[in-house]
Amino acid sequence: MKIKGLVLKYGDHVDTDAIIPARYLNTSDPGELARHCMEDVDPEFPRRVKPGSILVAGENFGSGSSREHAPIALKASGIAGVVAASFARIFFRNAINIGLPILECREAAEKARDGDTFEVDFASGVVRDLTQAVAFQAEAFPQFVEEIIRAGGLVEAVRKKMKPPKNGRRRS
Amino acid sequence: MGMTMTQKILAAHAGRDRVGPGEILEARVDLVLGNDITAPLAIQEFSRIGAPRVFDRRKVVLVPDHFAPNKDIKAAEQCRLMREFAREQRIVNYFEVGAMGIEHVLLPEKGLVAAGDAVVGADSHTCTYGALGAFATGVGSTDMAVAMATGKCWFRVPRAIRFELGGQPARHVAGKDVILHIIGLIGVDGANYRSMEFGGPGLRHLSMDSRLTMANMAIEAGAKNGIFPVDDICSDYILARAGRPGRVFEPDGDADYEKVIGIDLGRIRPTVACPHLPSNTRPAAELGHIAVDQVVIGSCTNGRMEDLRTAAALLKGKRVAPGVRTIVIPGTQEIYMQALKEGLIEIFIAAGAAVSTPTCGPCLGGHMGILARGERALATTNRNFRGRMGHAESEIYLAGPAVAAATAVTGKIADPSMNGGAGDRGLSPEARPRRGRKGVRREN
Repeated sequence: MKIKGLVLKYGDHVDTDAIIPARYLNTSDPGELARHCMEDVDPEFPRRVKPGSILVAGENFGSGSSREHAPIALKASGIAGVVAASFARIFFRNAINIGLPILECREAAEKARDGDTFEVDFASGVVRDLTQAVAFQAEAFPQFVEEIIRAGGLVEAVRKKMKPPKNGRRRS
Repeated sequence: MGMTMTQKILAAHAGRDRVGPGEILEARVDLVLGNDITAPLAIQEFSRIGAPRVFDRRKVVLVPDHFAPNKDIKAAEQCRLMREFAREQRIVNYFEVGAMGIEHVLLPEKGLVAAGDAVVGADSHTCTYGALGAFATGVGSTDMAVAMATGKCWFRVPRAIRFELGGQPARHVAGKDVILHIIGLIGVDGANYRSMEFGGPGLRHLSMDSRLTMANMAIEAGAKNGIFPVDDICSDYILARAGRPGRVFEPDGDADYEKVIGIDLGRIRPTVACPHLPSNTRPAAELGHIAVDQVVIGSCTNGRMEDLRTAAALLKGKRVAPGVRTIVIPGTQEIYMQALKEGLIEIFIAAGAAVSTPTCGPCLGGHMGILARGERALATTNRNFRGRMGHAESEIYLAGPAVAAATAVTGKIADPSMNGGAGDRGLSPEARPRRGRKGVRREN
């Protein structure tokens, strides 16, 4: 899977309260969450983000709360993928589980400038900054994770594995 | 190489003799938890999976605690969705308002977790149960949905950092000061993807309430989980609550630790994390110039009996400073009731504090104490991220209940052990945090 888009760049430790403040968690509607995505860090975010934009961040992206509303809000805002120097672990698995492509690539995260155009190949782990004409290689995902991504998310991956119901029971 | 506690629990739940760090495996879970924010999403995903029933209706726990009692109409709808799911699936451990408490205070109290269990919860502070010698970690709503459907979850086996605790904490120093000190030492991603394993002779000076506080904040160092060995203090607690000992896993002598960090409990002072990261720690004594508008004593981090006793001992016979809105939130109904019996609630109200029914409320800027622009709070909660408790231009300082109570009285951040702090001189021995022999705090 390959995406190309405009880079929106942020710093270290962007926590999930910053991605979607808890005051909006009285809903799980993606469209509504998207309206408030990143608003405490960057009030301009809703105007700056375009369908296909790539969010690039520093260390420990998505730290804090386990709210899956964070990757959902990013995805619904139009963010096609996230490249960061490192991810907090719950955000990492949430993004994979809901099918938001992410990649850990410290070099690309450091070199990227806001407004650059990135091309990211999630299968090979190659990140190209087309504006600066440089390429970076990220580590590929383990196979188990790759399968979840390929299925389009954890629910899809589990549905594939689960047999259709027999005698009204679905569990094997 | 030997295995750590966490690796052994994961191996046992994956049906394996051994596992190695970095390995990805599917493991059976003993308990799946969700709340009114995360469960509605999980329920939606659960129905997409198409499983007619949860894997075990006794092993799914649902607690409306974040925006409950319902703070607005949307929150009420979320809570109703969860309530209806609980009814439809005949979930045994659904805790309605009136019975509910803050989930991570409630589950150990109700005996739902024992040593050696593997627990996943769609809440990042699920790591709290590591204090009971369990493997417990926060996951997202989709993980929760899959775990409800299959009784399993995928994990990457973590490496561990070992914290070797020695010495004895000074007066007014408890679990919160220790964990803030550790996070200050290693940073907010100092244990990312890893487990934090605590041990050493200093453990015997840490009560269960203090250990629960410490394990609770492992996530604030990025850790997958925090875990304590099961000693007498711990097994007495588990037996009294769960009625089963659970299974005790000890780390191998040659367990593979990424590093071992020695912590002298005796050198830790009452500690505060300044805005806007939990790792931004300073001794409370150095922050005496900082005035606050609000003090919150409660949350899944510090809403337990020991915390309320500590705060009450410092507030007894005193008044909170004019203009300092002081909010006390007992973690569960049982704690609330016990605090009533001990006269602590009366102490809080007489001191000019507001006492609330259990809720996560202010900790995540939900309700019950939101900050306006430019306001500053000192809270016993766990996160001081920008805007966490209200306006993006408000500030949060994190501390334990002793610093919080002393701060409420002086109106500025105070170290209770300093002259000029609120102090607790002249208190009757009963009103002090109870200590048994050898300085071991007795449990409620």
